[in-house]
Amino acid sequence: MKGRALVITSGKGGVGKTTTTANLGTALAMMGKKIVLVDSDIGLRNLDVVMGLENRIVFDIVDVVNGNCKLKQALIKDKRFEGLFLLPAAQTKDKTAVTPHQMKNLVNELRKDFDFVLVDCPAGIEQGFKNAISGADHAIVVATPEVSSVRDADRIIGLLEAAGLNGPQLLVNRLRGKMVKKGDMMNIEDIVDILSIDLLGVVPEDESIVVSTNRGEPVVIETTSRAGAAYRRIARRITGEEVPILSLDESNNFVDRFKKILKLAR
Amino acid sequence: MILLDVLAKMFTKESVSSKDIARERLRLVLVHDRSSVSPNFLNALKEDLIKVIREYMDIDEESLSVHLENEENSVALVANIPVKGFKRVANDVEVQA
Repeated sequence: MKGRALVITSGKGGVGKTTTTANLGTALAMMGKKIVLVDSDIGLRNLDVVMGLENRIVFDIVDVVNGNCKLKQALIKDKRFEGLFLLPAAQTKDKTAVTPHQMKNLVNELRKDFDFVLVDCPAGIEQGFKNAISGADHAIVVATPEVSSVRDADRIIGLLEAAGLNGPQLLVNRLRGKMVKKGDMMNIEDIVDILSIDLLGVVPEDESIVVSTNRGEPVVIETTSRAGAAYRRIARRITGEEVPILSLDESNNFVDRFKKILKLAR
Repeated sequence: MILLDVLAKMFTKESVSSKDIARERLRLVLVHDRSSVSPNFLNALKEDLIKVIREYMDIDEESLSVHLENEENSVALVANIPVKGFKRVANDVEVQA
């Protein structure tokens, strides 16, 4: 088995890289794939708490690289899904504790046993970023519809291409349909046009993300969450399925749907 | 206060939506970011310019300057290319064709 390695990156912090990694990984595992999530944010690990696996950490990525334990010993098995594993970052070291070369070897080792290796990249463009992308063969760039986030995404796309990671795909996160409709938030066309890269998917702003993160449960498990549904669709797209991108105006609330029906009738 | 806001909106009619402002600001900032991402960018452009222009005229390659100028709402490529002399071919284009 030779799995694909995807890095989830953004440049800017706080746009949802970790949430995206946790949810895409979980969604892919729900589809029966074998998945390992790698937290490469050494010193500021968070993927473990988002996944709700923080109490089970014994060894971490730095232990593996330094040979303090075997790779298999550091992998934490998810309690909900068969085939979903986490390799946690170290919390006490810093980003120089791992080199890009070591990271590449590690990812290549993981590829042998998993369908997908998802690497959660730290914010910034320094060593942590270089580590995270070094083993990947594909990048997902997460951006929110804000000037600062799109600007950083543009810089990251340039750096990815300079590193030979061609064809990164864009995931627009936290889109607010209502604001887009009012012209107070950039729409997908604006962002794709400016960054001129392929769109992988769009995740709407959704309060259920906060609730599920509080609980340590990825939102894709919730059948009623809009963000969860969006992540599940993106996961299917990653496996090569053709899944149309939902129209942004698509609103799930009753009044809007009713309005739409009225419009159609006219 | 709220009433004032509403009145202000009614009478001034915000013609440009804030997302269009965001888009335009991004476009400009990225023109600049992208050109400064690689310091080689302007040099590569400069060398290619020299190559093309040399076909038509003698230029002072040493004092040639190429840079981006940031105006209030536009970015311009400004090239200052001192010409030392024209090549004869430049005048003969029609004859050749």
